[in-house]
Amino acid sequence: MLALEPGHTPGKRVQRRGCRWLQREHTPGALTLEAHHTLEALELDLCLEVGASECLALAGPSGAGKSTVLRIAAGLAEPKRGRVICAGEVWLDSERGISMPPDRRRVGFLFQDYALFPNLSAWRNVAYGMDGVARAQRRERAVALLERFGIGARADARVPTLSGGERQRVALARALARRPRALLLDEPLSALDTRTRASASRELGILLREARVPAILITHDFEEAALLSDRVAVIDAGKVVQTGTAAELGAAPESAFVADFTGAVILAGEAHSCADGLTEIALDGGGTVRSTGVAGGGVASGGGTSGGGASGRVAVTVHPWEISVEPAGAAGEGSAQNRLTVTVASVSPVGNRVRVGLLAPQPLVAELTDAAARRLELAPGAVVVAAWKATATRLVVR
Amino acid sequence: MSGGRLFRALLWGALAVALVFLALPLVAIFVEGGPGELLASLGEPGALDALRLSLQATTVALVVIVAVGTPAAWLLATRSFRGRAIAITLVELPLVVPPAVAGIGLLATLGPAGLLGGAIAATGLELVFETAGVVVALTFVASPFYIRQALAAFGALDPALIEASRTLGASEARTFARIAVPNALPGLVAGGALAWGRALGEFGATLVFAGSLSGVTQTAPLAIYERFSDDFTGALALSAVLVAVSAAILLGVKLASGARVLGDARA
Repeated sequence: MLALEPGHTPGKRVQRRGCRWLQREHTPGALTLEAHHTLEALELDLCLEVGASECLALAGPSGAGKSTVLRIAAGLAEPKRGRVICAGEVWLDSERGISMPPDRRRVGFLFQDYALFPNLSAWRNVAYGMDGVARAQRRERAVALLERFGIGARADARVPTLSGGERQRVALARALARRPRALLLDEPLSALDTRTRASASRELGILLREARVPAILITHDFEEAALLSDRVAVIDAGKVVQTGTAAELGAAPESAFVADFTGAVILAGEAHSCADGLTEIALDGGGTVRSTGVAGGGVASGGGTSGGGASGRVAVTVHPWEISVEPAGAAGEGSAQNRLTVTVASVSPVGNRVRVGLLAPQPLVAELTDAAARRLELAPGAVVVAAWKATATRLVVR
Repeated sequence: MSGGRLFRALLWGALAVALVFLALPLVAIFVEGGPGELLASLGEPGALDALRLSLQATTVALVVIVAVGTPAAWLLATRSFRGRAIAITLVELPLVVPPAVAGIGLLATLGPAGLLGGAIAATGLELVFETAGVVVALTFVASPFYIRQALAAFGALDPALIEASRTLGASEARTFARIAVPNALPGLVAGGALAWGRALGEFGATLVFAGSLSGVTQTAPLAIYERFSDDFTGALALSAVLVAVSAAILLGVKLASGARVLGDARA
């Protein structure tokens, strides 16, 4: 069952499911969003529901419509047709002519470049959105919030003197100060350097756990999505193409884009079904691998959608940590059915492991421990064997 | 290599010519008269009246321009609507219309026999040959300088600041007052200075629309014109004061906003 009939993409399936949420009784505290909109080249058509204290990561290529979704939720953009309901309150319902202005929707919006007000000090930025707080208590409250993010000492600093990490924390404190009913975070870590990212990411995690409101987080980074979100929705060209936990997406990507986003290796080839129920793929440029997966089925082990096999153009995906590297000429007595003779192209340490770039001749990446890389004496130019199991080999229709 | 040197020399030469050409006439005003004579002729009746009137009328005109021009520029900068380009062109039109034509236009609109002449008369307001008429002429001629600059300053604001303010619960009016205006202030101040400078030097429209009555509608430039054929020293003296006041304002604005205002309002 490789060939899905045209028009029946996994995205549509997810979307219909999402839309039904809106018909049903509203989950208390949840944020639901439905939007149909054409904006220049982008045709936005999607439904999302984020649970009461859930964080949904929104991933997708540039121009997929991620930011537009956040802007629609916040009321900064209005779709031609759509609905936004947050904690039972209707923020937008184009059919009933309801559109609440952004200042009346209680959102905590974190802008990509933080958008701190340069004419106000750090604490006044935080206090800006406080309503129902007596003037005399604002400073105290703002400083307390800044202290929670570890920058109480910078309360009187002017925005231009704040570092990138400090700005992010002020922006987080400012977004929280309003006691939002939903958090909308537009690539909250992208403006930071790698050194600041780790701590900023920790702080963001704390915020998301403590806020106990639905949150949508736009990210380009799978690890970030896995770390901070409960669920990931991948959107492409204005449509949701897959939703699931980060682990589900990693294990069963339904498209090459999702596989790529999760950091998987992607190899192009031609699939043929075999007599034993497996699929054999002749890789472009040479080499053959076998897979238990069925393209488009998304289940790596073949369970549920097994039988059949597949034929036609496919992308083979496998995670770098599932690929083992063996010396050339090794017997290969293990269970790994897929064995490709490859050339080492690069060896680069990443944290406590080593990423090895391989040419098969299509590019592959394997992740090994430092010790293993040294034992194998891996260096650019060395010829080795890359091996992985057919059960770790997923297929996606091209 | 020598080509590069030649070009550099050319650049410096051009700057030197421009500076000498622009500065020398202003310096000459002070050199020609001599300080004692200049001060003496300022004591002459009418001279101080003209200066006082100029300062009063330009101040009132500037207040009107800023009060109406700021929200108008904000609207033009933040909305796209049918006819926006036409509106901007209309606002800019007085920049290129000759001042005398502006005066005729004002007469044809607000003069006793003008389009709105009856309505103006009904309110009991007198414009022609009255100080109020001077303010009208100055406002007409100078407002495009302010509105253009304000439009540019608002347009250069990071839209995310405005959006952030809205998501933080601020209405558009509060966003305008607390975020847009403070962050566009350098550009607004520059626009105000330009408009004020233009109003201070206004001649043609004032003369045609309000006349040149000493003490009532005779501003400093009109007084200078009246003197220059028979009392050149008196004209020089008034000119010197105008140069000094204008230079002081320009300098003050530059100092107040960190020397970047008139250079780059977007900074």
